[in-house]
Amino acid sequence: MADDAHAGGLPIVARGATYASGGTILLADVDLTLERGGRTVVLGANGSGKSTLLRLLHGLLTPTRGTVQWGGANARPRSHAMVFQRPVLLRRSAAANIRHALALAGMRGADADRRIHAALQAVELVQVSDRPARVLSGGEQQRLALARAWALAPDVLFLDEPTASLDPASTRAVERIVGEIHAGGTTIVMSTHNLPQAKRLADTVVFLHGGRIAEHTPAEEFFRAPNSVAAREFIEGERL
Amino acid sequence: MHFPCAAFVLSTFSQSLVLAGQMIASLDPKLVEIVGLSLGVSLAATLIAACIGLPLGAAVAVSRFPGRGTVIAVMNAMMGLPPVVVGLVIYLLLSRAGPLGHFGLLFTPEAMVIAQTVLIAPILAALARQTVEDAWVEYREQLASLGSKTLGSALTLLWDTRYSLATVLLAGFGRAVAEVGAVMIVGGNIDGVTRVMTTTIALETSKGDLPLALGLGVVLLVLVLALNFVAQATRHWAKARFG
Repeated sequence: MADDAHAGGLPIVARGATYASGGTILLADVDLTLERGGRTVVLGANGSGKSTLLRLLHGLLTPTRGTVQWGGANARPRSHAMVFQRPVLLRRSAAANIRHALALAGMRGADADRRIHAALQAVELVQVSDRPARVLSGGEQQRLALARAWALAPDVLFLDEPTASLDPASTRAVERIVGEIHAGGTTIVMSTHNLPQAKRLADTVVFLHGGRIAEHTPAEEFFRAPNSVAAREFIEGERL
Repeated sequence: MHFPCAAFVLSTFSQSLVLAGQMIASLDPKLVEIVGLSLGVSLAATLIAACIGLPLGAAVAVSRFPGRGTVIAVMNAMMGLPPVVVGLVIYLLLSRAGPLGHFGLLFTPEAMVIAQTVLIAPILAALARQTVEDAWVEYREQLASLGSKTLGSALTLLWDTRYSLATVLLAGFGRAVAEVGAVMIVGGNIDGVTRVMTTTIALETSKGDLPLALGLGVVLLVLVLALNFVAQATRHWAKARFG
């Protein structure tokens, strides 16, 4: 798989991708290439187009102009997963939520059971595996959403501000889990408006400002010496 | 002039109520038979209508096609179908000279099941459409991300909204069991064959036999009230249990 440059729906290539809704341009002229392996953090203020960018790259939205391709193909690969800001869980047990996702990916039986157990163990939710998912705490629900994505062993995992509504302890747990999923070989694309979090997690930063990519640079360089005025102001603003 | 008349009605009412109570308490065979047929017919109609209405409502909820708005408007409008008109149309279809006449179903419990099914299937479809669509708004992106197709999503959401849909089924059953116009026309209100609670109440009231009419009325009221309690309790329980 490693010697096939186009395996796993990578690289993800956006060319002039623009998305407009109801006459408002939410994202304009995005040229972006995401390669295998890294942790890309999409950074920007509220309303800068982070969620729209992630949805375009995951194929949930189709650009109104321009293209997004996955490993040279026009169809969204099945091996990409996404975790949303507010976890969306079905009215069934925690384990059954993962089972549902695995069944959609064509996985059933003992293999599915093993994956469910391993995923719940990895997010420390084995003890609530039979509890209805939607009565778990907010932090537990987000960990379950991560476990569901993890069980699918995705090539790419998109996370749309996964810690925006969580307390610090839950946030740390989510960051640890994302780190472990990445260590397992999954390419991470995560959005946040939280600068310290971006510093902790990012290998590469895509900085969005007003629906455009203002900067796409290695994280170390971005935080040391941002190229764009907007990024400098964003970082300065955080320091105030 | 009015006062003695009112007193007469009131005393008749209370006497009838006592007799009705006795009939219910002693499980009067005639009363039991009528209640049994009522429940049987309306349960069958609710089950058949559910098999048609719930998948249809869910399918409309999760799909997008030209003319969808019109379909939804028609579904919603059909919730208000007048029972007597439904009865009349089914009567014409099932009568000897009608297109379905050779089945010989007119004036049978089966004809009543058909009429009630036609009456409540649109109600179940319209309410299921609304329920599933509300859930769809929340689940759409997640299900799409997991690779769920339209049909699969409809089934997933039907199961996910099962407790709300149970309430929808109870509403449909309540409408069916309390309806009189359609079953009167296609059933014919034949003693011991197609006589149900509502048609009996109508007939016995006009004959002046108030105890049976009142007894059945009490049973019907208690039933409808109980259904609503069950529906409410189910919602509360499910909310606490499953979120």
